[in-house]
Amino acid sequence: MSGLLSSSIARKFAMALSALFLVFFLLMHVSINILSLFSEDAFNTASHFMGTNPLIQFVMQPILIIGVVFHFALGLILEIKNRKAQGVKYAQNNGAANSTWMSRNMIYSGAVILLLIAVHFVDFWFPELNYKYVQGLPEDPNRYYHELVEHFQNPARVGIYALAFIFLALHLLHGFQSAFQSMGANNKYTKGLKNFFAGYAIVVPALFIIIVLFHFLNH
Amino acid sequence: MDLTLKIWRQKDSNSKGQMVDYKVTEISEHMSFLEMMDVLNEQLVNSGDEPVAFDHDCREGICGMCSMYINGEAHGPDRGITTCQLHMRMFKDGDTITIEPFRASAFPVIKDLVVDRESFERIQHAGGFISVNTSGNTQDANALPISKIAADEAMDAAACIGCGACVASCKNSSAMLFVGAKVSQYALLPQGQIEAKERVLNMVAQMDKEGFGNCTNTGACEVECPKGISLENIARMNREYLKASI
Ligand code: SF4
Ligand code: FES
Repeated sequence: MSGLLSSSIARKFAMALSALFLVFFLLMHVSINILSLFSEDAFNTASHFMGTNPLIQFVMQPILIIGVVFHFALGLILEIKNRKAQGVKYAQNNGAANSTWMSRNMIYSGAVILLLIAVHFVDFWFPELNYKYVQGLPEDPNRYYHELVEHFQNPARVGIYALAFIFLALHLLHGFQSAFQSMGANNKYTKGLKNFFAGYAIVVPALFIIIVLFHFLNH
Repeated sequence: MDLTLKIWRQKDSNSKGQMVDYKVTEISEHMSFLEMMDVLNEQLVNSGDEPVAFDHDCREGICGMCSMYINGEAHGPDRGITTCQLHMRMFKDGDTITIEPFRASAFPVIKDLVVDRESFERIQHAGGFISVNTSGNTQDANALPISKIAADEAMDAAACIGCGACVASCKNSSAMLFVGAKVSQYALLPQGQIEAKERVLNMVAQMDKEGFGNCTNTGACEVECPKGISLENIARMNREYLKASI
């Protein structure tokens, strides 16, 4: 792999491809969660499918985890390399004059997202593995909605998720359009796309926040 | 106007440097920044001190030699200019101005504000040219039709003066805007096609070898570039690189 990622542009492509994959996953995730706002049954049906379909469980899920680990590990490696490339620090550096806060702090917004994923694993994924594979309980296709509602009764958890989603929005605001630039898609035809990327970066995390708040306030 | 200057002083590439404070008085707002530095240096020479070493050549904004990181920005607070085109009217009486060399591991300090930008030269040598036979059988310039759009874009990319402000402004010390411009200026023209593949691969390999960082698309380079080189050139280089790799 080090051969494949030995050039700075190859690393750029790798970072962008893994990012776009994760962006697509977010869309799937939020689409299913939105169902919970409208219909308990629809949410249960979709979750049951995702939770029991072997293709999703044993192919997509591992790919997703590899994708997250890869994106984060490469991001960290790049951060270390880049600090080395800078050498002596400026006594005065006015970064705000020429770039956005988001673009300069991807490593920090990324770290918050990683924490969110960790919390999310402890909250949902570990109990799920425990339910299915450790205790081997029989599948109840109607359990998902209640599990979701129950988790978001704790105001601290709601606060942590909401805050983390704001960092997700900040990360996406730079990251989504940046991935396209890295893939070589930047010319006069892509100007309009930038608005779409910014819209996505705000709407998707906002939907997650709405869903969490909805269940907190409604039950 | 009277000013306080905080300037990076460093004896040579092996010494450790530090910021030193100086005062200059009666600076005219019509002076260029380099002329203000000349006033300071005359003052230093008259008092028997070592003048501040800084790079400059044309003083017309075309050669790219004058560097300097002024108040936290390459070439100072103005846009679309090099330091020789920065005027003292951008500052106010009583201001404190911080002046540092361009920082990057690939641009080591030679003395004071002078940095070694030979790494750019070596990237150019790796592929920033076309090989043509110039021995007498010159072709008619119009023999190869080139669209107006391609000609304009190639000309815009060729405006890069290799000043290094893009690297100095980049939090990652990436040279992608410079290399993107150099790759693009040939990629857009028929004359550049023959060596296109080796050009982009070799120039990027040399860029990485020199120790420039990894671009994260912050866009600081484009804002600070005195010649308005667009990020589109980096995207084009990425495409050229992908094309050359597969
Ligand atoms: S791209 Fe702009 S900032 Fe970079 S070297 Fe060329 S002219 Fe200077
Ligand atoms: S001295 Fe030539 S560009 Fe400033």
